[in-house]
Formats: sequence, C-alpha cells, structure tokens
Amino acid sequence: MHFDAFDRYHEKESFLHCLDPRVKAVVTVIFIVSNALLPDGAWFAFVFGWLFLIAANLLSRLGIGFTLKRSIIALPFALIAITVLISIPGEPLFTFQFFSSQLAVTDAGALRFVSILIRSWLSVQMAILLVAVTRFPDLIHALEHLYVPAILTTIIAFLYRYLFVLTDEVFRLIRARESRSGAAPGSRSGGGVVWRAKVAGNMAGQLFLRSYERSDRIYHAMVARGYAGHLYTLNPHEMKSADYFATAFAVVIISLTQVLGRL
Amino acid sequence: MLYAPVPLHIPDGFLNLAVSLICWVITVITLGIAISKTNKLLGEKQIPLMGVMAAFIFAAQMINFPVAGGTSGHLLGGVLAAIVLGPWAGMLVMTAVIAVQALLFQDGGLLVMGANILNMGLVTAAIGYGLYRSVAGQSKTVKLAVTGVAAWLSVMAGALFTALQLWLSGTSPLEIVIPAMLGVHALIGLGEALITVAALSFILQTRPDILGEGSDSANGGRGWIFAGGLIALAVVLISPFASGDPDGLERVAENLGFLGAGLDAPYQAIPDYTLPFLGETAFSTILAGVIGIIVVGLVIVLIGRGMKAKS
Repeated sequence: MHFDAFDRYHEKESFLHCLDPRVKAVVTVIFIVSNALLPDGAWFAFVFGWLFLIAANLLSRLGIGFTLKRSIIALPFALIAITVLISIPGEPLFTFQFFSSQLAVTDAGALRFVSILIRSWLSVQMAILLVAVTRFPDLIHALEHLYVPAILTTIIAFLYRYLFVLTDEVFRLIRARESRSGAAPGSRSGGGVVWRAKVAGNMAGQLFLRSYERSDRIYHAMVARGYAGHLYTLNPHEMKSADYFATAFAVVIISLTQVLGRL
Repeated sequence: MLYAPVPLHIPDGFLNLAVSLICWVITVITLGIAISKTNKLLGEKQIPLMGVMAAFIFAAQMINFPVAGGTSGHLLGGVLAAIVLGPWAGMLVMTAVIAVQALLFQDGGLLVMGANILNMGLVTAAIGYGLYRSVAGQSKTVKLAVTGVAAWLSVMAGALFTALQLWLSGTSPLEIVIPAMLGVHALIGLGEALITVAALSFILQTRPDILGEGSDSANGGRGWIFAGGLIALAVVLISPFASGDPDGLERVAENLGFLGAGLDAPYQAIPDYTLPFLGETAFSTILAGVIGIIVVGLVIVLIGRGMKAKS
C-alpha cells in the first residue's frame, strides 16, 4: 500500500497552508461551535458562514468547490434526524400515508431538519479543509501546544505512523483468507455467518499478536536511538503577524455571523 | 472501501452545544483520571505499546466479514482493548482512535468528539473490563462467555447513550431513536461479541502471558466491577423498557426530577435546568449542566470514601 493512502493533506503553496497550525485548529473549532450556537432557520447567518467557507477554500488555492465534493460523508447520519420532520408539532406542509398511519410533515419540523443538516454540512467542510491544508504531524504538534496532554498526542502520533504498517498487515491477512476461500462452481465457500465472524475474530487476534510483538521491536529500536519518553520535532511553531491577523479576522467574521443569526 | 464508518460516530451539527459540552466535561474528567493512573502504572515503554495498539484497533476495524445482503460486520474494539491493555490504557487507546477518525477522516465531529469518546471509548471500556474482571480466576469458558456478553452490552450501551444524546439535543424523538438505534445495534453487537470472543480466545491460546492476572490488582478490581456492572444493568433495564414504552422513560425522568417539563416539551433539552438569575439562555443551561456534573462527581467521591473507610 502507498504510504499516503490515508493522508488527507494536499500539498500547495497558499496563505492557508502557511498559517500556524494552532490558528487553523482554533479557528476551525470556533467556526463549528458558532454553527452549533446559531438558532434554527438563521438563513442569513448560514449563507454568511458558507461564504466564509468559500473564501477559505479560495485562500487555500485548492479550488472553490474543494470541500463541497468531499462533504457528503456526514449525509448518512441525516437518517437519524429525518424523524423530526413529522414529530415536531406545527402547521402541516403535506401529509402522506405510512403503512396504516397518516403522517404530516410540519413547517416547524422541516425548519429544524434543514437547520440541522446545514449546521452539519458547514462544520464537516471546515474540518475537511483543516486536514487538507495542515500536515497531520503538525496538527498533532499544535494540539500539544494547545494543552492536549502529551501522552494522548504521543499515542495519536504513533497511531498515525503505524496505521500504514498495520493496514498492510491487514491486507496480507485478508489476501490470505481470500486465497483459501475457494469454492466448487455453484456452491458457496466457507461456513455460516457465525463461522465467518469467528474467522474474522481469529484474524483480529493474529493482528493483535503481530502488533504487540512489533511494538516491542519498535521500543527497543527507539531506545537504541536515545528515546527517553519524548518525541522531538524540527518544526518549531511560532506565531507571525499574519497568524495574529488571520485569527482576529476570522473571529470578527464568525462573531458577525452570530449577530446576523440573531437579528 | 478501506474504511467502513460505524453509525455511532455522531457528526457535528447533530448535538446541541449544551449536550456536547456536558459530554466533553465528563470525558475530560475521566481521561484526566486515566492519564494520571496510566502515568503511575506504566513506564515509558508503554507509550509506544499503546500507540501501536491504537493503530491495531484502527486496522482491526478493517477486517470485515460478509453478513447478508451486501452488508458486513467488523470489530469496534472497545472491550478487547480494555481487556488486553487494562481499562485506563484501553480508554486512552480508544480515545486516540476516535480522535484520528474525527480529525483525519471526518468520521465523527470535533465539537461532539467528547460525546463520541464517551459512547465508544469510555462506556465500552468500563463494561468490558468490569464484567471481565468479575470472573477473574474462573475457567476459560466462563471468561469467554462473559466477554461475549460484555461485548454485546458495550455496543448496546454506546447506542443507548448516542440515542439519549440525540434526544436531549432535539434531533430525534425518543420513541423513534431508541428502538431504531438499539434494534440496529443489537445485530452489530452480535458481530462484535463473536469477533471479540474469537480474538480473545486466540490470544489466550497462543500468548496467555500477555493477559497475566498479575497486573489486574494494579488496575483496581472492585470499582471496575461495580462501575461496569452498573452501566450494564442500566442498559439491560432501560433498553426493553424504553423501546417498548418510550413514554415510560420520560415518566421515569420526570419522577426523578431529571426533566422538569419532559412531557410538555419533550424535544427541548433540559428546559428546566436553567439558573433563574441568568435567564433562559444557552449559557445558563450549560452552567446548570456543569454544576449538575460537579454535584454528581462529589456524590461519587463521597460514596467512594465511605466504601474505602468500611473496607
């Protein structure tokens, strides 16, 4: 597998790429909190937030619709919220027959449903942009500066590093299973669902042992190179004037969104 | 597809700010305890081990098996991590997995990450380790059977917590979200139970030394059995009750004074939990929630002190 199969970083020279990772992380979180704070049906504020997002897309030079293309990821979860359409009391917009009961989609329900979807859609796009313009190790480093405990950021850093290695291991396991799953024409290979689950479980156990033993080797190799409980980086983060300016600008814009949402 | 999302990862926008922040507070407090315990129990050697184990859980979630009609099941891993690594380390490992899923793949939101960690990392570890620890010293068959039950219950608990958070946020009505979530996850939980039992039995067979009983005393026993048993019991008691008679849960909530106006405004989050002098704003709801958590926390600490004094 390619080492960058999981990477979401898109290499480019742009204003957003050069910003301090702390600024990008903090602004993303403020934007998402702001979306959660906006009342239902704050259409002007939603549009304003969307314009902010488009501006950020342009500043990243990844293309105006970059995050839009990838934003459908949260859509399946909308199924969970779809029932508010019929469950909030209000003026019925239209009614329909569902099995034996008459259900009505209400205006209040539709307002709530659409608002939930827009909030989610805006938030997920900003999160997509964050990892597209920030290298993941830099992001973890930024989290450390933002007082996330070192033990957690170190675990996340290791997870990110060895994910590629262990995924290769998974592919080998799956390939081995497939190459032993031959079947005579017309018949199915393998046993029932329980048997298949058991095989998957044995594979997970196998993967566990390989990972466990690998972690031993990794530790010994690290100690051999002078590891004493801390990871170092050659990327010292320092805030430049552009970083302060960008933070202030983003905070003003997001505050304006809040004002717009409450007019 | 490399990566199959699980319907328990809540995206941003589906929980309101108050519920998200309350979940964050619970998660941060629990993780704080987990970090201080792990720092005391484990040496520097354990950090690479936990990092690689987090990658293991992530990678193991890709091992899927066909179920029916094009769907497939796979491991979630919370119970397995808690049993092989101990509850505190298991929680940290699951937290790292959920954080990377949210940060890198947008599978689960950032503001709601506290809720996702609580549902999929903390609750699962408590149930898994608590129930497993309660049969320490028993035969392998008993251990595996209890692990299976714990794995199923952990998925159900995650689904129940998610459903309750969605309801409190006004995203889904209770009478639909609870049966829907629990119904779907009763099946997913079966897959989780089968895979977890098979994986644990494989490890017990090949490397029993990893699951040595020696480290158990260091992790604390009775507290976990108590906590895990309590959550499991809550799931067992609430689930059928809530799915069969959703109004019943609201009635219980009202009797307990949890939802003052639960029946009048079932879709408004904790409407009566506001502080009068601040008015009915989001801020006062959050503050009220935080105060509630502090009170609950104090009660737990006091009970803990009392139990310690007796023993």
